Amino acid sequence: MSTDNEDDFEPIQVFPEGDADLRPGADSCYKCSTCDSSCPVAEVDDEFPGPKFQGPEQWRLTRKEDQEIDDSIMKCSNCMRCDGACPSDVPLSQMHNTARAQYVEESMSKLSVEYWRNRLLANYGTMARFGSMFPRLTNAVMGNSLVQAVNDQFLGITSEREFPAFATETFREWWAARGGAAVKSEDRRVAYFHGDYANYNTPEVGKAMVRVFEHFGYEVAVPEQRCSGTPMFANGMLDDARRAARFNVETFADLVDDGYDVVCSCTSCSMALRQEYPELFDFADTERVSAHTYDAVEYLRIHEDLDGELAAVDDVDAPDFAYHAPCHARNQGLDGQTTAVLSNLDDVDAHDVGESCSGISGTYGWKSENYDTSMAIGEEMFEHMDEAEPETGLTECPTCAMQMEHGSGSPVKHTLQVIEAALTDRSLPA
Amino acid sequence: MIATEVLVVGGGLAGSVAALSAAREGARVTLVSKSESTLKQASGLVDVLGRVDGDLVADPFAAIDDLPDEHPYSVVGTDALREGLALFDDVTGDRYRGGDRNALVPTTQGTVKPTLRYPASVAPGVAGDGRETLLVGISTDPDFDAKRAAESLDATVPGDVRGVTVRFPRLRDDAKRTRHAKLLAEDEAFRDALVEKIAPKVEGADRVGFPAVFGEDPAFVRDELEARFDAAGEPVSVFEVPTGPPSIPGTRLRNLLRHELEAAGVELVTGVPVVDFEADGERVESVVVDRNGARVPYAPEQVVLATGGLVGEGIDSERDRVYEPVFDLHVPHPEDRYDWSEEPAFGEHAFARFGVRIDADGRALDAEGSVAYENLRAAGAVVGGADTAMQKAASGVSLATGWRAGTRAATAVNQT
Repeated sequence: MSTDNEDDFEPIQVFPEGDADLRPGADSCYKCSTCDSSCPVAEVDDEFPGPKFQGPEQWRLTRKEDQEIDDSIMKCSNCMRCDGACPSDVPLSQMHNTARAQYVEESMSKLSVEYWRNRLLANYGTMARFGSMFPRLTNAVMGNSLVQAVNDQFLGITSEREFPAFATETFREWWAARGGAAVKSEDRRVAYFHGDYANYNTPEVGKAMVRVFEHFGYEVAVPEQRCSGTPMFANGMLDDARRAARFNVETFADLVDDGYDVVCSCTSCSMALRQEYPELFDFADTERVSAHTYDAVEYLRIHEDLDGELAAVDDVDAPDFAYHAPCHARNQGLDGQTTAVLSNLDDVDAHDVGESCSGISGTYGWKSENYDTSMAIGEEMFEHMDEAEPETGLTECPTCAMQMEHGSGSPVKHTLQVIEAALTDRSLPA
Repeated sequence: MIATEVLVVGGGLAGSVAALSAAREGARVTLVSKSESTLKQASGLVDVLGRVDGDLVADPFAAIDDLPDEHPYSVVGTDALREGLALFDDVTGDRYRGGDRNALVPTTQGTVKPTLRYPASVAPGVAGDGRETLLVGISTDPDFDAKRAAESLDATVPGDVRGVTVRFPRLRDDAKRTRHAKLLAEDEAFRDALVEKIAPKVEGADRVGFPAVFGEDPAFVRDELEARFDAAGEPVSVFEVPTGPPSIPGTRLRNLLRHELEAAGVELVTGVPVVDFEADGERVESVVVDRNGARVPYAPEQVVLATGGLVGEGIDSERDRVYEPVFDLHVPHPEDRYDWSEEPAFGEHAFARFGVRIDADGRALDAEGSVAYENLRAAGAVVGGADTAMQKAASGVSLATGWRAGTRAATAVNQT
């Protein structure tokens, strides 16, 4: 092989079916069904056979050449709770991602509305790039009830939800306008993976991340990047995901070489870089980037005295919060982090509203056919938010935040924004 | 490094009790568990000492004196077991029943299990009082054959036991137990239809047992079902029969403990394994958690290891050695692997007693019997020296060693 086309070589494709070898995982499953009892979709949807079927059983069934993947795989919301539930390390979400990709590739009509709707939702970043060029116009159009009805009727995108508004200035525009990094450092360097949502919709989260890290003396890099791939995995668009992942791995690997660690503000993004990339792809630096990727708050806890600095703050302009830990935070062992970190602030109480999945799971709850299921899953969280005293929600996941706002009517903030308010004496934006 | 005072590794019963007792002593506690709590696979029953040398034990506290010196109860003492049980009683309140003597709880296999604490929803089914019992199985749940279980119980316990299998209304053939639970808890029409099917088969029985699918609030479901049986002219007590995994009573216990841990301010870190550590010879200095690829170091003052036994990955083996995989603690075992087990299935297997040895303070010991690291304790099934499966003592050992390790770790923190 010549070095010229080294970029085209994807080692994982040497497996006969283009997949990783999932047999050891399937063999480890002894059908205890604990994953099924942790699945938020199976609990409310009688038609969904659960993660045990979607993973090891579908894999076994489809070893026969004439057996197709069952279409129930598309009802999996990719919350990945089954991974943490399994007592024998079956890589369930990897099997689901692989099965979903195979289903979309082999059984889904590329001419169907469903396929194009899913592709549209999965490639949110592309849509957002155009939409955010004229944010006010786009917001007006997408908020129009007639447009929403048309979306529902012809595309299968529910009209029940408010389309998230585009910011009038993207995070990257703000970053460029301020002239990039305000702090230079040789030994404290992080590369920020902001993802599409913090860029186009909630730049205040990205700004909070930058200001908090600069407060601790970090040089922040914000390289060109693409969507983490999470919505693509969840819709079986593995080719789209592969292109995005390769770009991200190559970009961030170069920065890792220069002494940067990668930090994310969205827990689905960190999940993708840390776990899903190594499970699904095998680019040269996938494992290395994974090992250098952290949740932003986690990173500060490891390397700085975040607890101590927060404990020394005596006046924070922030309300009390009803906190929801996203599924993808749970799977990374970040479930107790926000409440533990914020407990250092005397003025602020972050009350955990329980373990229920919010139910939206990225693009899942945007599909007309899933809307009711999505709200049924989220019901427990809505109830707990209602019972909790605080009027303001708190979470690290942008789509969980959408669901929390949608179901409770309360505004929702990000943990980094609270830390920013505490450390830099800013008020929380409304 | 992430600072914490007490780091507990393992989220089962032992780890939860250790973390809770340390937090209640005022320590700042982090609980790291590799996957969801194993309590979801457990029956929700608390067995303390059900059999010694094959004989049923009525009074476990009296029988503890006869146990060998290396048994965890002998090592940490009966007072640790009493304190662990007191903590458990405090957490569970009126959701659990049981006193100082074992009760015989019927299982879905048609056996009875000697147990000291059992869910209140299980209590009306306890064997031995001679009442007539009807067991109800779900036709689509192959794990509970009610007729076969009833035949077996009928032959061993006083009082008639009959079994009947019904099809739960409106459900797919492979509906999950969580689905049954949700419908029973939330759907009145479903409860109506179910009792309508079963009432004609009660035929004067005193109590009706269902597989344990009564959801988060079993008292509510029991009340609802009993009211309907009443209305149908068949007044009965309704109870749950504990199932194998996935277990709703186990999940309830796991949720109860989790809420207590959160209320006590314990930071819960779920779904990630501990993969490495550093020590200076006498003390564990840091513990590394693998968070989906990234290595995250913790700097605890005290560590409690509660990772489970041979079945639960807390103890591992290769062809020629048995070892504890996180800290490589000493695990006594016969040199020759052919001595690890006996010929008969229920023989005196050495492997059943594999595990780390501890001192009265809960600290793990090295091959010479000295403390391995002064700030490292072990609790639960990772502790060896007893065949807790044969003795029906696994939960009690978790309570006793978990309480001992947690409180001593907190004491050590408070002294510095």
